[in-house]
Amino acid sequence: MNEMIDPNLNIWHWQIPLYLFLGGMAAGILCIAATYYIRGREKDYSTAVRITPFLTPFLLVFGLIALFIDLRHKLYFWQLYTNIKLQSPMSWGAWTLMVITPVSFIWCALHIRDIFPGWDWKFGWIKALEAFFNRYKKTLAWVMLIYGLILGIYTGILLSAFNARPLWNTSILGPLFLASGLSAGAAATLILSRNKAERMQFARIDLVMIGIEIFLIIHMFMGYLASTQVQIEAARMFLGGNYTVSFWIFVVILGLLVPGLLELLELKKFHVPGIVPAILVIFGSLMLRFIIVYAGQMSRWLY
Amino acid sequence: MRYAMAVDTLKCVGCSDCVVACQTENNVPIGYCRDWVVEVTDGKYPQLELEIRSERCNHCANSPCVRCCPTGASHYEEGGIVLVKASECIGCGACIASCPYDARYLHPDGYVDKCTFCIHRIRNGMKPACVEVCPTKCLYFGDLDDLNSDVSIVLKKRKYKTLIPEAGTSPQLYFLI
Repeated sequence: MNEMIDPNLNIWHWQIPLYLFLGGMAAGILCIAATYYIRGREKDYSTAVRITPFLTPFLLVFGLIALFIDLRHKLYFWQLYTNIKLQSPMSWGAWTLMVITPVSFIWCALHIRDIFPGWDWKFGWIKALEAFFNRYKKTLAWVMLIYGLILGIYTGILLSAFNARPLWNTSILGPLFLASGLSAGAAATLILSRNKAERMQFARIDLVMIGIEIFLIIHMFMGYLASTQVQIEAARMFLGGNYTVSFWIFVVILGLLVPGLLELLELKKFHVPGIVPAILVIFGSLMLRFIIVYAGQMSRWLY
Repeated sequence: MRYAMAVDTLKCVGCSDCVVACQTENNVPIGYCRDWVVEVTDGKYPQLELEIRSERCNHCANSPCVRCCPTGASHYEEGGIVLVKASECIGCGACIASCPYDARYLHPDGYVDKCTFCIHRIRNGMKPACVEVCPTKCLYFGDLDDLNSDVSIVLKKRKYKTLIPEAGTSPQLYFLI
């Protein structure tokens, strides 16, 4: 009876975790770019401020496509934009995307000459718009930072708001997904940057984020195990249950510990190909979303 | 006004007549249901105890589905009945994930569907279809604010429980025990 609910909830498939990952990574890239721009470090970290953000329109648009594919009553999607429901994380997520997606396009447009030096906007009104946004670039960076943070946190809060799924129902998910998004964003710059000093700085950022994530994951499990029976059962899926191997190997070992160790070695002046830890971090960030979304649907109240 | 339903677990024989009545009354697509029967066996042989419950949406007073709906398609109607407006539903699945009772399902047409307490019948002074057909008369429906309604009277006389009240939903489906 009732497919997608019986015998287990199975309503969200690859689209949601993929979007949570793409959105989280875009949020990380934009927050880092905005922070360094606001602090006037554009010259030192030019890849992070000017080049890496070019990924974000693609990440966000692919994320939005994934979300759209997930909707089952597609032609009514515009109903999202007929109201703001403060109690629904999905509602303010939809509005956040409405702001951050155009902002990411504008930010790229302002830096298009860093990629195509001879770029010409051709039309006068576009040039006027460019001049306008250049004048208010600092304000734009603040908008980007704040909405980037909201985007990064909301992808976690979206899940933690569901009391019905004990695994998701922990406020740790918001900061955990934000930290994971920031570390995936830093990893993107680590791949793209050709500047030694910048790469070192981003290896350091990644390392800090990995430390925070490990701390939050330990904290999350302490929280589950000290909570009610339903959350103890939820934690058991990772401590001997069905998700034990995938979570500890793909997320914790390959996604956090190994890249953390490699980055530590790199900072200690060992020669490490920087792309390896960066790709592992991005992979771990993707796996974290997939495992949490799928495992969460298996966790339930007992009655 | 506060609509509620009471289910007598001691009288219910698990015949599923309520399920079929609902499917017929509400044109529920084949392979889906808005109400269902749960049988729970407790204890150790030979000291066994069997509880049979006819379950459906709890029309919670603090509904997680209404809270998490991004468009307002899930909403409260008169008497606290929780309804989905198909023309506002985008089929995102948030309410399905938010319901600890798994009372909602995705209609093949794309929107989310669930028990309505047969609001179309109540408005015409009738009882919900499941209550009407129950052969053991184990379902009671009515307004909790009306002390003479069927449900108020039976809840005053009998002991009852609700399902996982600790989920914080204030469910309005009462099980007589």
